[in-house]
Amino acid sequence: MNALHVEVAILGGGLVGASAALALRRAGVATALIERGQCGARASGVNFGGVRRQGRSPEQLHLAQRAHGIWARLPEIIGTEGEYVRSGHLKLARSQADLEKLAAYRDKVRDFDLGLEIIDGASLRRRFPALGSDIAGGSLCPEDGQANPRLVAPAFARAAAHAGAHVLENCAIQHADTQGGDFLLSAADGRRIRSEILINAAGAWGAAVAAWFSDHLPLQVKYPTMLVTEPLTPQIGVSLGVEGGGFYARQVARGNVVMGGGYGVALPGDRSRPGRAALSELGRTAPAVLPALACASVIRCWSGIEGYFADKNPVIGFSRNVPRLLHAFGFSGGGFQIAPAVGEALADMVTGRGGLAMAERFCPGRWG
Amino acid sequence: MVIVGAGPAGVRAAQTLLRYGVRPTVIDEAPLPGGQIYRQGAIARGSARERYGFEWRKARSIHAAGAELAAQADYRPCTAVWNASPGLLDLVREGEIDTLPYTHLLLATGATDRVLPFAGWTLPGVYSLGGAQIALKGQHCLLGPRILFAGSGPLLYLVAYQYARAGGRVQAVLDYGSRASQAKALPALMNQAGTLAKGLYYLGWLRARGIPVFHAARIDAALGAGRVETVRAIVEGAAVEFACDVLAVGHGLRSETQLADLLDCAFDFDDAQRAWLPRRDAEGRSTVAGVYLAGDGAGIAGAAFAELAGERAALAMLTDHGIAVDGARVRALARHQRSLARFRQGLDRAFALPPAEASCGDEVIVCRCEEIRAGALRAAARQYDIDDLNRLKALTRIGMGLCQGRMCQAGAAELLACCREVPLSKIGRLRGQAPVKPLALASLGEAAP
Repeated sequence: MNALHVEVAILGGGLVGASAALALRRAGVATALIERGQCGARASGVNFGGVRRQGRSPEQLHLAQRAHGIWARLPEIIGTEGEYVRSGHLKLARSQADLEKLAAYRDKVRDFDLGLEIIDGASLRRRFPALGSDIAGGSLCPEDGQANPRLVAPAFARAAAHAGAHVLENCAIQHADTQGGDFLLSAADGRRIRSEILINAAGAWGAAVAAWFSDHLPLQVKYPTMLVTEPLTPQIGVSLGVEGGGFYARQVARGNVVMGGGYGVALPGDRSRPGRAALSELGRTAPAVLPALACASVIRCWSGIEGYFADKNPVIGFSRNVPRLLHAFGFSGGGFQIAPAVGEALADMVTGRGGLAMAERFCPGRWG
Repeated sequence: MVIVGAGPAGVRAAQTLLRYGVRPTVIDEAPLPGGQIYRQGAIARGSARERYGFEWRKARSIHAAGAELAAQADYRPCTAVWNASPGLLDLVREGEIDTLPYTHLLLATGATDRVLPFAGWTLPGVYSLGGAQIALKGQHCLLGPRILFAGSGPLLYLVAYQYARAGGRVQAVLDYGSRASQAKALPALMNQAGTLAKGLYYLGWLRARGIPVFHAARIDAALGAGRVETVRAIVEGAAVEFACDVLAVGHGLRSETQLADLLDCAFDFDDAQRAWLPRRDAEGRSTVAGVYLAGDGAGIAGAAFAELAGERAALAMLTDHGIAVDGARVRALARHQRSLARFRQGLDRAFALPPAEASCGDEVIVCRCEEIRAGALRAAARQYDIDDLNRLKALTRIGMGLCQGRMCQAGAAELLACCREVPLSKIGRLRGQAPVKPLALASLGEAAP
């Protein structure tokens, strides 16, 4: 079988890989998007669906602000709004000390124009009467929001295909090599792809791909636990988080409350399940935050597989060992919002049109 | 050793284990043993003969064995298994959750109606055949007053007979199967001449009372303002309308396989049942060590077969545990099962499962929980080139509601296969996800950390 020859091959059809493929095609670059299963069916498609800038580090906010503009144009870019709404994101403080941390964060990121508003406990209960009584206050980012990852992630891959990318699904790469300066990839079913540049957007499997080229990156794999309730009457429009983490929730237009917190367990065959302890913790936390949930039924729980780095920043940058190998993975549970901007940034890096702000924070060599 | 389900398979399995001195834990969602077929109402009204028809002796025998297990086993009625992982079940009883470890687990989880969508199927007054039977057996209610029966499967005639005998005003029976296919199945059905005779008796009894029985008939639409008033059917190619207050419709049964799926048992596609079923050997062993299967939860084979399969699976559990069992009994069970299996092949031929109607209009709701219409499924399938049921779920929400696809999976799978012109076996099955049935969020929080 003849090899498919492209300028850029992307390993991983999640949101990062698919948005990179789309951006590369718009720049006229011959691109193949290679996905072991189905595009957008892993963490990109089963995550919580928070489209949130609030809480990110300043280095990520450069990408988050760029992504903020892309999210607003989804219908034009991918042909669907993906249930994206700028509902606002409210980060709750369970203590006065946590509220002070939220205020300190607001001051730290003042330059980014997030419009953060610190709200005390009494005002919070007045504005959001569905919230529980023992919340000390919160920080509202009015233009943050939420979207349906099941729709957004596959739509990016479809848009990339429409823009002329070769989208190869069910294409598990078994062997990767460099040959005459090119990358040569061989799939289990015999398909072969030859490219000048390789982007590793393999998510939780990114470190394994990097290791093919002797790049050893300290990725930790985790399995977030999420669940959804039956539809309830409207309780709260804003997406919720908690200072210190451990709980997040949003109510979708249909009335179901989607929430998550804690981690689950791995199963054989690259699968995962929610954790018993995490579910139990959700059962305690959720009704304390939203008392109406005390009477709600859970209809489904699930987990995904995500890659984390200790500093919570992904690697986005060229390999130190292998020329033209570009890593972009390990978004540490926060990839959904910034992924579309990462895709554009990757295309910029490949085409030499620009680099990344504060690139050293994302550099694959940052561990020395 | 743990048994999930106290229907014919679970009851016979428990009885067998007790006989060998093993005291099993028996988990059952119902308040009393018997399963769906031999369901016991809280208050027994009328004679067993009236409620269970020809099956009253079998019902009485299962109830007696059920009473024995209730007294001797660790019997937990009104309890559901909401999740399963290797060696551990998650239970819920009246909102209290608990875990139960096991070394040997028998899944005898039974079946529910196989629901297929048609225009008007969500109107009040449209019931599944099983639902109509529960109303009669469990709640002593006659749905109606005028009730029309339609669909396929031996249950169609049995329930129509039970309703008519109990005083229900049965308007007609519309059988999807043709006379020709039923005639062709006769030789296989002769394997159980007694059971065949009962079926023919029900048919004859209905005819003798002037209840019309139509063959090669399928429902086109249930019509009415606010509830069903008329059913339009296509009988041998011609449209016929029937006035009724209730339509009881059966498109066969579907196995409850979520626990086997959560436990990672391998599944195979079964052509006759148009469904994915957990793989099991002749004695009921699944592909996962320590997990056994029996009864309609492991493929629809009927109550008589379930009793044998339950006993045989229990003997396999004992054998695997190092307890010597009666080999002659195992051989006798195997012989009897083979004969029943031949009869089942005849039934499958006589009562072929209707596929989803290609005529199922775009406006027809397929998934009631999430209100997803056939048109939305077809549009997504074409737009995204979907040939996988889980992908269809991700993009349309089908099977994401309260029932987790237990009701809509069969219909959605048929529609997807039909729309993409691929065999049903090629589009996969929905992944099992806990909780198997909705569970109070607050209950989760009460678990010991």
